[in-house]
Amino acid sequence: MLGSELSDLNIEISELVEKHGNGRQSLLPILQEIQKRHGHISGHAQQEVARLLDIHPVEVNGVVSFYAFLKTGIRAKYNIRLCKTISCELANKASIAKTLERELGIKFGEVTKDERYSLEYINCLGMCDQGPAMLINNEVYTSLTPHKVIEILDNLK
Amino acid sequence: MPILNKPIVFAKENFGDGFEKGLKMKPIDIVLAVRESGLKGRGGAGFPTGTKWMLAATATAEKKFIVCNADEGEPGTFKDRVLLTEFTEQVLKGIILCGYAIGSQVGYIYLRGEYDYMVNQINSAIQKLKNENKLGKNILGKDFDFDIELRLGSGAYVCGEESALIESLEGNRGEPRNRPPYPVNTGFMGYPTVVNNVETLATVPAILNLGSDWYRNIGTDKSRGSKLISVSGDVEFPGVYEIPFGTKIKDMLELVGAKDTKAIQIGGASGTCISAKELNRNLSFEDLPTGGSIIVFNNSRNMLKILKNFMEFFVEESCGQCTPCRIGNKKLLDGVNMIEKGECSVAYLKELLSLGETMRITSKCGLGQSSPNPFISILTTFGDEILATY
Amino acid sequence: MTDGNYVSRTPVSQQPLKIEQSSPHDIGGLVEIEINRKKFKVPFGMTILEACKLFDIHVPTLCHHEDLCIAGVCRICSVEVEGMRTLQAACSFPITQSMKIHTSSEKVRKSRRHILDLLLSEHYGECYSCVRNNNCELQKLAKEYGVDFYRFGHVKEPYYDIDKSSYSIVRDMNKCILCRRCVRTCIDLQEVGVLEALNRGYDTKITTFLDKPISEVICINCGQCINRCPTGALRTNDPSDIIWEAIDNPKKHVVIQTAPSPRAAIGEEFGLPAGNSLTRELNTALKMIGFDRVFDTNFTADLTIMEEGTELLNRLKAAIVDKDESVKLPQFTSCSPGWVKYCEHFYPDFLSHLSTAKSPQQMFGAVIKTFYAQEENIDPADIVTVALMPCSAKKFECNRPEMVDSGFKDVDFGLTTRELAQMIKEAGINLPDLPKSNFDEPFGEASGAGLIFGATGGVMEAALRSVYEIVTGRTVPFDNLVISPCRGMEGVREASVKLENVKNEWKFLEGVELKFMIAHGTANAKKVMEKLKKGELKDVHFVEIMGCPGGCLGGGGQPIPTSPEIRQKRAESIYKEEAELPIRKSHENPHVAYLYSKFLTEGPCGHLSHKLLHTTYTKRGNYIA
Repeated sequence: MLGSELSDLNIEISELVEKHGNGRQSLLPILQEIQKRHGHISGHAQQEVARLLDIHPVEVNGVVSFYAFLKTGIRAKYNIRLCKTISCELANKASIAKTLERELGIKFGEVTKDERYSLEYINCLGMCDQGPAMLINNEVYTSLTPHKVIEILDNLK
Repeated sequence: MPILNKPIVFAKENFGDGFEKGLKMKPIDIVLAVRESGLKGRGGAGFPTGTKWMLAATATAEKKFIVCNADEGEPGTFKDRVLLTEFTEQVLKGIILCGYAIGSQVGYIYLRGEYDYMVNQINSAIQKLKNENKLGKNILGKDFDFDIELRLGSGAYVCGEESALIESLEGNRGEPRNRPPYPVNTGFMGYPTVVNNVETLATVPAILNLGSDWYRNIGTDKSRGSKLISVSGDVEFPGVYEIPFGTKIKDMLELVGAKDTKAIQIGGASGTCISAKELNRNLSFEDLPTGGSIIVFNNSRNMLKILKNFMEFFVEESCGQCTPCRIGNKKLLDGVNMIEKGECSVAYLKELLSLGETMRITSKCGLGQSSPNPFISILTTFGDEILATY
Repeated sequence: MTDGNYVSRTPVSQQPLKIEQSSPHDIGGLVEIEINRKKFKVPFGMTILEACKLFDIHVPTLCHHEDLCIAGVCRICSVEVEGMRTLQAACSFPITQSMKIHTSSEKVRKSRRHILDLLLSEHYGECYSCVRNNNCELQKLAKEYGVDFYRFGHVKEPYYDIDKSSYSIVRDMNKCILCRRCVRTCIDLQEVGVLEALNRGYDTKITTFLDKPISEVICINCGQCINRCPTGALRTNDPSDIIWEAIDNPKKHVVIQTAPSPRAAIGEEFGLPAGNSLTRELNTALKMIGFDRVFDTNFTADLTIMEEGTELLNRLKAAIVDKDESVKLPQFTSCSPGWVKYCEHFYPDFLSHLSTAKSPQQMFGAVIKTFYAQEENIDPADIVTVALMPCSAKKFECNRPEMVDSGFKDVDFGLTTRELAQMIKEAGINLPDLPKSNFDEPFGEASGAGLIFGATGGVMEAALRSVYEIVTGRTVPFDNLVISPCRGMEGVREASVKLENVKNEWKFLEGVELKFMIAHGTANAKKVMEKLKKGELKDVHFVEIMGCPGGCLGGGGQPIPTSPEIRQKRAESIYKEEAELPIRKSHENPHVAYLYSKFLTEGPCGHLSHKLLHTTYTKRGNYIA
């Protein structure tokens, strides 16, 4: 990353710390906001948060790695997460998975070459009555059918 | 999406001015009313709410906290989602009433990250109560200040465990704490903290409006009141239902339009799987307790595949700190895979069932203590069928 | 519970409910309990494990460690409490009411065996090819529970690469059982923050920031994690094979210096209880296994006192007489390489407070490859210098690129107490049985002041004995030279000595209250440094800091296990041995005087001293690139 980008990130993080407070209990809200804005929490960002909260970087890393929604690596523009838990499984999540893989040309756990789409599984979204369900970034899509998935992907393009 | 059948407690008219009535009472009288009602925790564990509030109310501490556990993560459970959408204000009022009753000034809602889309709705409900002087300083002219802060989870099932939730609120990995001390004694930031499920808290204004006796008369002797049930799986009408405790499985199945049923998972992944033959069993703390989830499987379903799905869930969602849960769930999953390949001897299966018993009694928290439930119940109930197939 | 007043960063609820100095005979606050059908009275709030220990009832533990806060994660200490649905972890369950406990019921035994089987199923490695063979807590439990097969299988292939990137510490996570003692050591006890649990569920592992090699993160090499690891997942980077090669090579002149702490503890490796010093038996062993010369690091400890003490007096003079504001006081000791690196990382702006004097190990290396080589007429290129140290950080220190002032690598290898014990065993020698022998000339016997360097406060005590006497011409005003405020295990200590009736050349110090502080363990160092940062140490002159709890005798290369009691015993044996020595002040060491008269002729802090015996530090900062 360029030096100027780094200092922009530092300013952004110090504003977040100012907003949420510099106690340890502010750690998750701060990380969540960085995640939301940048799609990931870089090593540098983790260290900067650690410095301002006066905790060790490895503790921040431990927290980031614990929560499924917080990521260290750069994610695609559209992070597609398909629920794989029981009710969605019963509602034929497999057909949705197949459709997604076929249309995007990647397997689960992969990112498209243009870094537009990434595909992963997620555990129960709480949409068990409207399965199969998936998240694209923070938006929920329910009662999916292969046809509906193609439509949704078309709308992203 | 509203409650699908005729509601018992969760009808708008039942709440009336329960909130205002409550704030006119002495705090201790609210605690007593809740205790009298027989209300038990709706998250699944069923600890008497009045007792919990009494412990918090009588604790002497500089600060006390109340946390609304909206980290609804149990597979097959979505009743809090419905409550938070349809009864947002009653949930908030329940939190405020609890704060008033125990002498707390700050409440947190810990909302699972998957429900991020509800944030605006909840925040505007908070703002509305503030505008009406039902939240903030000198609530309804009383010497009582209270604030509610909405906090989000980030995708960790274990944070539904109350001490893990508190760890998460404190900015740590969501790893459950040693108990005792219990949160009601040493909770958030070391202060007495009441952690209650969304449904528990939302029930309180109705109890205060219609009285403890009204509530006591619903349900059974040991399970007073009603329960919201999220129904999914092989049913015609999936969704949330409100039933009185003691409702029989067969009535439940009829209500939701289940046909050709083979098995029912009660209480989500960590619950128990019963055969459809056990139709006369009932939903209650004394027979089949549930945090609010019923998943129905019809005769076309392969029970081993279902079990595999559950075990994969626990291997990923265990916090990973204690041995029985971290490694035990993996061994059970490996066992399922071995059965699938026809490589699991009955002797080894018995060893794994026994390991499941060990996990139940040695795991540090409720997750590890209940994660072997589907393994044990599915293989006990459907073991012959499964072994005959593979 | 722990050394000194260490305050845990762990949430309050995770800390043990402790009752101060509880004794079963205290009146009041007692709870009557039953353990295995026998009645006992225990203080309210005591944990089940503590109660069992009190009454000699064995309960196995793995994640529990006396120096650390409670974790309750391994679950091996599960016991049955009548009336409770689940078993309870004895280490974390406080007794607050009457209860009936069973420590080996059928349920308990079966559960423990399962937990053990689970741990073994994930623990890669064969005991006979492990550094912790015969001193492994997991192995010991497997024996205790009669494990003779792998109930839930066993890993056949290593899953993780072994991290050998560090000069000091090797991490083999294939052997890790996730007890998290290292995490609690690194984050809570030492406050360095290298290791933490990452990921969750079955994927949980203990690792560094972003899983980087340990040499690339902010590790101070203190090795306290190694001392508390129950298995062989953490160990030191062992140079003994290369040392054997040097010993076996007739062209090489292999010299070993032995620090004060290993001799006080090495007996533990041979089955002796803590607190038995084997100084002179060790000399014999070292010669038997083939070292050409055996020197006492205490000699350069005395030399350190001369250099560091003179530096302090110089700084005082510059500050008081010359009013030189660039001179930094208090002066901090610099013999602990863990502390030095801690300071370089976390307090880089305060490095000018560190004494520029090298540690005794490095001074000795430089002296051996110059003065000694000259005196003995040996080509320094043929000399191999080995340093027997209680310390894992000394391995890093001798590999610092600046430590080549003799023209060669001043110290070739840092060897720990544990590693040397292994070499001695390999040579078929039972150390405690050996006859005694003396250190070799020309450095001969050192003073007791050098010996007490091993215990926290020792450097300060040694320095005060000399500085006070140099300035006033009298011995320190303490009985039998025992400067009691320097001794003990309190985490941070401070005291002062008044300088009165000083000698003429030290007139500027007349009436000065020489104020000093002592801290051990980097968590305590942090407390001192935070005060310094806030400008609260303006009236303090000299601070001793040791990176490890207890000082060097608790170092990362010392025998395992460690506990407050063991460290206390080691300290006692050092002080006892010291009291019996004929010379107990550094400035009275005749060999040191000889070195100054023959070699370092400009005296302490002269030109040659500066070249050979002093060093510089690096502002490392704590950003992980």
